Amino acid sequence: MAFDYDKYIRPGKLPHIWCPGCGHGIVMKGLIRAIDSLQLDTKNTAIVSGIGCASRLPGYMDCCTLHTAHGRAAAFATGVKMAKPEMNVILVGGDGDGTAIGGNHFIHACRRNIDMTYIILNNKIYGMTGGQFSPATPTGAKASTTPYGNPDPPFDIAKLAIGAGATFVARGTAYHATQIDKLIAEAIQHKGFSVVEILDDCPTTYGRRNKFKSVIEMMNHLKETSVPVKAAEKMTAEQLQGKVLTGVLYKEEKPEYTTEYAKVIERAQAK
Amino acid sequence: MAKKVAFLQGNEAAAHGAIYAGCNFFAGYPITPSTEVAEVCSLELPKLGGKFIQMEDEIGAMAAILGASLAGSKVLTATSGPGLSLKQELIGYGCIAEIPCVIYNVMRGGPSTGMPTGPSQSDVMAAKWGTHGDHPAILLVPASVQETYEEIIRAFNLSEKYRTPVMVMPDEIVAHMRERIVFPEPGEIEVVPRKAPTVPPEQYKPYDTSFGDVPPLASYGTGYKFHVTGLNKMQDGFPTTKAEIVQAEEERQVRKVNANVDDIVTFEEYLLDDAEVVVIAYGSTSRSARYAVNAAREQGIKAGMFRIKTFWPFPDKQIKALAGKVKGFVTPEMNLGMCTGEVERCAQGKVPVLGIFRVDGEPINPDQIVAKIKEVK
Repeated sequence: MAFDYDKYIRPGKLPHIWCPGCGHGIVMKGLIRAIDSLQLDTKNTAIVSGIGCASRLPGYMDCCTLHTAHGRAAAFATGVKMAKPEMNVILVGGDGDGTAIGGNHFIHACRRNIDMTYIILNNKIYGMTGGQFSPATPTGAKASTTPYGNPDPPFDIAKLAIGAGATFVARGTAYHATQIDKLIAEAIQHKGFSVVEILDDCPTTYGRRNKFKSVIEMMNHLKETSVPVKAAEKMTAEQLQGKVLTGVLYKEEKPEYTTEYAKVIERAQAK
Repeated sequence: MAKKVAFLQGNEAAAHGAIYAGCNFFAGYPITPSTEVAEVCSLELPKLGGKFIQMEDEIGAMAAILGASLAGSKVLTATSGPGLSLKQELIGYGCIAEIPCVIYNVMRGGPSTGMPTGPSQSDVMAAKWGTHGDHPAILLVPASVQETYEEIIRAFNLSEKYRTPVMVMPDEIVAHMRERIVFPEPGEIEVVPRKAPTVPPEQYKPYDTSFGDVPPLASYGTGYKFHVTGLNKMQDGFPTTKAEIVQAEEERQVRKVNANVDDIVTFEEYLLDDAEVVVIAYGSTSRSARYAVNAAREQGIKAGMFRIKTFWPFPDKQIKALAGKVKGFVTPEMNLGMCTGEVERCAQGKVPVLGIFRVDGEPINPDQIVAKIKEVK
């Protein structure tokens, strides 16, 4: 029997705003399968986002949903989680929202290791505003604000998360649709701040400026440029040139923030 | 039994007042001259099972209190000048999404870094016009340590009652001076709870105007699944660009405060019965004004004071009425005429409005005010 996505979608809220060929819907389906596989109580699950195409995702989900301001999802979500640590808190957003205007909140949420899962849909561009370069746009790429090619070097978002203290970091792609739910489910189960970067495509504002002739070509590019971490172990540096690693990139057990704050309350009340 | 008394700073009183009002979540960022509020909250809130978090920046602190409020907490943040500028983005979010929260801002010299340890009253316009777009504004301006304690409680009550951010702005003098404070007993001052939904989750809409201009607000994690956005929204919380809905919702958000000015606006009238010259003052400046009014009376001048306690909504009705009775207004303030402009608007050209403006980090002294009172012919 086909998987029933509808029971997690708010009635009457589809169709979504995403363009034909955009991978965001693939990621949303992965998130839904992850929530279903873990049997999360949707009444007790908050999905928090910032601003951008990806940040419209929570509105479709039948959960406690919070569409915040540009870049602020991690900080709003920190307030929700601190107030109600028993809630599952999932963040969703794009690369520009999360690592440019929201970069400070992002790295500090990583540092605190607060028990939330941040799904970053990285399509390497500001799609909603018409295709300006983001901190994830490759050097040399064309965007509406890099007509002569992008002079900026990009962030490696997963490395940024690891460096900032996130204790679970994974990467997938919109092409590898069947892995997305597994990565997200493992991230949600991890006690601490988990980051799942999904490499995604934006045919409308990125693809057509960067010589991708079709969505299929963009999807194939995601497939051809990614290598599972396990497979990469057997590959030479030369073979890995120009490739990105996918799968669970980092995992560590460390004290979790709301648990540590519960100890603060215990110490304060013991005095 | 004798009431509990203490010798406290305005900032400390603010934190204790918040706790009396049921505040159980504080998020902040260190900034002079408001940091003592965060320090007291970090010490006291966990004793009561509440939460304190020091965020990575001012915007993050504002975001955290909004998130916590949606999860059912009563929330406070504290800041000053540059921090207020940063928070404005999300104060607007709190206004449009209608999330109760209290913002305590100590007024120091500005703009920018300005004079971090000097008093000022130059944020009163930022309280109304700081965040972009049309929105309601409630601003309380206490003049003593005791009043800071009591006005923080009122701020929480107003924010819950009207489901909107409320600001409390003492100037740096009120925030840092120490005075005797008498603590109210539990129950002595009313604490207003949030209006919770009365309908089951499947019927709940977060902006359901069939319950009036202030719809009930559910909390995340209590069985109610609902959507909150900073976009113009419909009654069910989802975004819309439909002209008639956006117009109606924008008007309601402002009306819910402006149609209730008599419930919100508070003031003190001092020797106004026979007054010919009225000093209109607020915050620590009103303390110099009171002294000046007494000194003027000793010299045979019929002076009085109208003390603003609620700056927004502005006490239009009261000042318009006074304008028809007196010879003139004197408006001392630690800025270059922010309140004075509002008084001129209310005076409608009927009587002169003589301002006294100081932005040098020094308080306005009574002699300055007496001299200005004498200028009113």
